[in-house]
Amino acid sequence: MSGKKLKIALAGNPNSGKTSIFNALTHAHQKVGNYPGVTVEKRTGYAHFQGYSIEFVDLPGTYSLTAYSTDEKVARDYILDNKPDVIINVVDSGNLDRNLYLTTQLLEMECDIIIDMNMWDEAERLGIHIDTDRLSEMLGAPIVKTIGHRGDGVRELIQAAIDLKEGKAKYHRHAPVTYGSHIEDLVVDLTHNIRRCRSCDGCPSRRWLAVKLLEEDIQTESKFIKDRHELIRLQKSIRKKVRHVKKATGEDPDVILTDGRYGYISGILKEVVSTKIGDRMRSSRQVDSILTHKFLGYPIFFLLLWLIFQATYVLGNYPMEWIESGIGFLSQTVSGFLPDGFFSDLIIDGIIAGCGSVLVFLPNIMILFMGIAMLEDSGYMARAAFLMDKLMHALGLHGKSFIPMIMGFGCSVPAIMATRTLESERDRKMTILLIPLMSCSARLPVYVLFAGAFFGARAGNVIFSIYILGIAAAIGVAQILRNTLFRQSVAPFVMELPPYRVPTVKSVTMHMWERASIYLRKIGGVILVGSVIIWFLSSFPKPEKYSQNYEAQVTVLHEDISSKDLSTAEKEELNRKIIGLDAAKSREDIENSSIGKLGYALAPVVEPLGFDWRLGVSLVTGFVAKEIVVSTMGVLYQIGENEGDEGYSLTAALQNPVHGITPLKAYAFMVFVLLYTPCLGALSAIKREAGIKLMFFSIIYQFALAWIMAFIVYQGGKLIGLA
Amino acid sequence: MTLLDLKPGKSGIITKVSGNGRLRHRILDMGMYIGKKITMVKSAPFNDPVEFAMNGNHISLRRAEAQLIFIHLIDND
Repeated sequence: MSGKKLKIALAGNPNSGKTSIFNALTHAHQKVGNYPGVTVEKRTGYAHFQGYSIEFVDLPGTYSLTAYSTDEKVARDYILDNKPDVIINVVDSGNLDRNLYLTTQLLEMECDIIIDMNMWDEAERLGIHIDTDRLSEMLGAPIVKTIGHRGDGVRELIQAAIDLKEGKAKYHRHAPVTYGSHIEDLVVDLTHNIRRCRSCDGCPSRRWLAVKLLEEDIQTESKFIKDRHELIRLQKSIRKKVRHVKKATGEDPDVILTDGRYGYISGILKEVVSTKIGDRMRSSRQVDSILTHKFLGYPIFFLLLWLIFQATYVLGNYPMEWIESGIGFLSQTVSGFLPDGFFSDLIIDGIIAGCGSVLVFLPNIMILFMGIAMLEDSGYMARAAFLMDKLMHALGLHGKSFIPMIMGFGCSVPAIMATRTLESERDRKMTILLIPLMSCSARLPVYVLFAGAFFGARAGNVIFSIYILGIAAAIGVAQILRNTLFRQSVAPFVMELPPYRVPTVKSVTMHMWERASIYLRKIGGVILVGSVIIWFLSSFPKPEKYSQNYEAQVTVLHEDISSKDLSTAEKEELNRKIIGLDAAKSREDIENSSIGKLGYALAPVVEPLGFDWRLGVSLVTGFVAKEIVVSTMGVLYQIGENEGDEGYSLTAALQNPVHGITPLKAYAFMVFVLLYTPCLGALSAIKREAGIKLMFFSIIYQFALAWIMAFIVYQGGKLIGLA
Repeated sequence: MTLLDLKPGKSGIITKVSGNGRLRHRILDMGMYIGKKITMVKSAPFNDPVEFAMNGNHISLRRAEAQLIFIHLIDND
């Protein structure tokens, strides 16, 4: 390699086939990265061509670069700050006027662009004829025709980028977009005015800056005009002129600028495009008339969701069992290698058990995301949002919030990741805060246990009521949030309904792999650390002296079993005693450990809710993963974990009057488990998707909500004479 | 009249886009500019949102947003 480097960015509208072009360019050798400081992803991929090592950056799909949304800001800031050598502007050939709108903005920034006429085959099928040579000349940018999903034209695209870089392009000039007379005069005037100022550096073009000043784009203004007096002077002179234009035209300058761009585009298109426009949706129409039917629409939607969930939990179960036995095999092997003691406990009970309990959900997550990728790629997701928007809007949410909320019943982690489909930050953050209130599958064992133990035949209804309570809480919290933290209005529902397409295997598998790798990295990071910490807290300090000499007793019992001639029933009796002693020992261990002490310290906090310290401790450990609530209680209520019918015996232990758990307390406990602080995995997802502030907010508000609700249930229940 | 007054299958030419900054920008960015022909396709089950077509591309708008876009009705489509 001669070390010649080329940085190419891909920009284009959503649904212009940008991702398939990117994948073809990089042969999917891509890595997903988080753009620093922002939650929206940009993808990076690499390729080698004619001695160049090329870095491709796939910018978020945007309609415009006015920086009204996060996506647009990411795309624009990348272009401004990183100055890519070439920008490939992916354009949907069947929808030129709207797609070229972004092109005019790129041209205005005086970027070196190549226009990629993508989905060329579709345009031809629609009867659109484009004189690309003439168009290229008029826009002053090379044009390449491609068919992204087949990979046609991709080599030519890279060739064109290199030619452009080496100055060999046929048409290459920075053709300015010209506006109507009123605004054009103003732009020219302002451009001259800025020319006299020396305070702006790194700005793509003065004309562009003039346009931004007219659009009153405050961010850009302060980014490029650093001298405050200069800025104030310019703004003052603009304001006067703007008022003048407003009087003459009755419109704000930004609207006139937009009109100007569209006018410029339609002027060009009139010369180069001849078309008998057909409806590209014609084939989609019939499918759509069923899928968004007045009566059939909803049942079909729920059927599809149900299918995905069934696949997630039923199909996912098989590989889950394989992974479980794999982990079991691993910990056995390791315990065979390592001598008993501190180190082997740490590895087996801490790291392998902790990470393993999360790793087993990997198949479920991959299947869930396969389903979502298929819904998205086929174009159905947009219809689902179309169907649900009315309902969700009434709650202060967006139609697109519905899918992540439903996914929350499975697991909050993929649900929180799925909020990426929401465009506005406000809707995304609000949805993320509400998702943990949807009762995830990890909380179900707690309900099953308590409802079974204390409500008998009514258990099913009790569990159902908990789920309903979660939904009601989400609705209530949504109402509070929209009137306090999220006062901005819901994002407009101006949304494209793309034609239906058959999802490609490649794109679906890539989507799955992307999610899987994020999940795996999380296990290697936060979960690993968390498991180790919890293991330390629950193992240390060891009691200095146990109340009985457990080990001696166990040894004696073992000897009895092997030496004496006993009946099977007697042997079982002794075995049960051993298990009882082991459990009593681990109970003393836990009581004495930091977590146990924490439980005692927390007792005053949970006492008003009717919980004793044991329930308190299980809530604390449940913070790592909600599944652990039940397994902790198994230890604390002296039930051997290895016993086959542990569910039943734990039920019996809980029912034991000694512990004083009443149906009312049980219900309060279930309510608390439903609502309290999300687990570590969910919190790390919240941090990743919405930032650390919202993560802490989530911790605090959910704890408060859980406490208050459980308090109301318990104390209120006592008041009206329930027990 | 506004987009809301269109019956399914009927078309109009956009004459004005009102509304405040962000929303109007979004609408304009999506290609609904003055002079553009737009056709009403259908409403969602509870009448909201509404689906429109422009140049064979389909988009959906809430009723509240459709109300901001003024049109001239064109006869026989």
